[in-house]
Amino acid sequence: MPLVYYLLLSALLFGIGVAGVLLRRNAIVIFMSIELMLNAVNLTFVAFAAHFKNLEGQIFVFFVMVVAAAEVAVGLALIVAIFRVKQTVFVDEINLMKW
Amino acid sequence: MGHFGYTEIAGSNSRPQGAGTTLKVSFNFKISMQQYLWVIPFFPLLGFIINGLLGRKFSEKIVGVVAAGAVLASFITAVLTFAELLGLAPESRVLTQTLYQWLATGNLGIDIAFRLDALSMTMVLVVTGVGFLIHVYSIGYMHGERGFFRFFAFLNLFMFAMLLLVMGSNFLVMFVGWEGVGLCSYLLIGFYYDRIFDETTGLTCSGAGTKAFIVNRIGDFGFLLGIFLIFATFGSLDFETVFAKAGASLATHEVSTAIFTAIALLLFIGATGKSAQLPLYVWLPDAMAGPTPVSALIHAATMVTAGVYMVARCSIIYVQAPIAMNIVAIVGLATAVFAATIAITATDIKKILAYSTVSQLGYMFLACGVGAFTAGIFHLMTHAFFKALLFLGAGSVMHALSGETQITKMGGLKKLTPTTFRTFLVAGLAIAGIPGLSGFFSKDEILWKTFLHSPVLYVIALVAAGVTAFYMFRMIFSVFYGTPRMDAAVMHHLHESPKVMTVPLMILAVLSIIGGYVGIPHLNQFEHWLEPAFTRFVPAGASLPAEAHGSFGLELGLMALSVIVALIGIYIAYQIYLVKVGAADRAATTFSGLYNLLKHKWYVDEIYDALFVRPLMWLSEKFFWKIFDVKIIDGAVNGSAKLFGGLASVLRRWQTGIVQNYAVTVVLGVIVILGYLLMR
Repeated sequence: MPLVYYLLLSALLFGIGVAGVLLRRNAIVIFMSIELMLNAVNLTFVAFAAHFKNLEGQIFVFFVMVVAAAEVAVGLALIVAIFRVKQTVFVDEINLMKW
Repeated sequence: MGHFGYTEIAGSNSRPQGAGTTLKVSFNFKISMQQYLWVIPFFPLLGFIINGLLGRKFSEKIVGVVAAGAVLASFITAVLTFAELLGLAPESRVLTQTLYQWLATGNLGIDIAFRLDALSMTMVLVVTGVGFLIHVYSIGYMHGERGFFRFFAFLNLFMFAMLLLVMGSNFLVMFVGWEGVGLCSYLLIGFYYDRIFDETTGLTCSGAGTKAFIVNRIGDFGFLLGIFLIFATFGSLDFETVFAKAGASLATHEVSTAIFTAIALLLFIGATGKSAQLPLYVWLPDAMAGPTPVSALIHAATMVTAGVYMVARCSIIYVQAPIAMNIVAIVGLATAVFAATIAITATDIKKILAYSTVSQLGYMFLACGVGAFTAGIFHLMTHAFFKALLFLGAGSVMHALSGETQITKMGGLKKLTPTTFRTFLVAGLAIAGIPGLSGFFSKDEILWKTFLHSPVLYVIALVAAGVTAFYMFRMIFSVFYGTPRMDAAVMHHLHESPKVMTVPLMILAVLSIIGGYVGIPHLNQFEHWLEPAFTRFVPAGASLPAEAHGSFGLELGLMALSVIVALIGIYIAYQIYLVKVGAADRAATTFSGLYNLLKHKWYVDEIYDALFVRPLMWLSEKFFWKIFDVKIIDGAVNGSAKLFGGLASVLRRWQTGIVQNYAVTVVLGVIVILGYLLMR
């Protein structure tokens, strides 16, 4: 399969992720959208690695996954903590940090 | 660095007076006083520190003993130093001590150093000697006053500053002392800071202190400029270096007369401020707001003579500036006459003495101006004796009369306060110039030298001398003779002052009598002693401007003339104030214009007020405050705050607090950067 297919899929996934982050109100959904973007990038890495017969892209994916896992742990903890205080996970209602 | 060479002989320096003759012998033969010059100003400083820090807890007795003892210790040290100076050859009578290097930048090097020659030694002896008597007197006079310890702490601080002034070996140390005495003067004038001094003008005591300080600052400005010019011309501020170079110019004419004139005039501006000469004399009469011993010590005997000392100290500069000399003489004489006329109509006993002081200081400047520096310093010394005595006597009168200062409410005190009367009379005779007393010799010396310089100046000075005798005896007759005009309550409390006050009066009276005999014409020991200090810097081959000489017969004739003038003054006062009672009031109505002019002190305060004070106040309020400060300075500060506040009120809308808005910004940013990279 040509490389371009992978890249198109990856771009599509990344676009969906960006749209999710920018448009959705629920913090958990936004979070998932971020994961989507990360995985879109992972897909690109893998695709290029396979195409150029180079192992480095593969290795990078592992790093990204480790970081993403850590990020999920911290991010979810934050969301839970916020929910305990504000009784909501809608980001447009969490807007104290303003003028 | 330091030349503190005293440690190896430590122990003998702390209390030299305690060990008596044996130590004196060892001073003369083993230890030079040269290493102990610093001790003289150190004692009053120590007294100031002790009383200033701990005095509040001390009894009056301890405070008084510490303060007076400190000055006595200085005086004894000064006498020992004097003895050593006398033991030296006249032309090598200079002791110097460098304590440490104060400043060293480029070609400017300033040491904290002391220098005693005949001139400063005379000043030190007068300052510490008279100062000690006044300290003792103050113990009685200030008894029971609030702030007793504060008074003595300031008095000691003053002594320290004054000794620094006269002993400093360069212009900067002198200037530090100069400012220090000004500060102490301010503090002591405002000693009764919660009282009104002058009911008619509403001047407070602290206001009088402020006035003295501000007027002095004007003079100090000139003094500072003079010091700068000296440094620019001679490249040093050390007396020895500056005067040696100035003296060398007598032969080489290296420095132009214009420079000398400029330096001399600038220094003289400083002297007019400190020594209360026209046009800056206005602070001295109001300085009487301070306690009377302060008036005696600071505003009669010592501080106000600092200007005369400074001019005499710089004599080598002045003799090369004839125009400046003439200005000094004319200003001095004008002040002498001017202040004497005001003293005629003044009714406040202390103000009469204040104007008298201004007038006598004018005489000293006249002497300096005609080149008779020795005569000026001689009069400075005798004046310190009899004027301190007059002030202390006035204080004793006020003490007896529950603080009354108006001579119109006195009278007949001759019998009631006999010691005060006798000593006061001695001082009055001395200042009037009656033969046999100190004032006669010193004043006549000045008149004689003035005559040799210019007969016109002499005639005016002679008239002023007559006026002096008149107003002095107007006061004496009003206070001590005639019928008592006191209130019954005051009369009831009337008493002679305690011994602690009268003994200093008696000692000063003795000094007022015998103080003149060191300077008897033709046997003039004083001149013999002082002259080397003035001729020291005249190089070999050059000479000072030749002094005119007159015959001895002429001198005697003029002497007789001045005695007659003084007697006439006294006689007129006798006629007006004792024989024809009410004559003074009739004269006041007949010559009401002149009387009012004098009564209002030639309206000088009013003129200064209208010319300088009010415009300055107006300018300060209307422009510097209301416009410059409020509009420009505050405007700039508030304006910049408003500018950023306004800007922020728009920009802060960006900060919505909604995370997705930020995310959009990030995405837009990425798109822009990507777009840029792709387009490139």
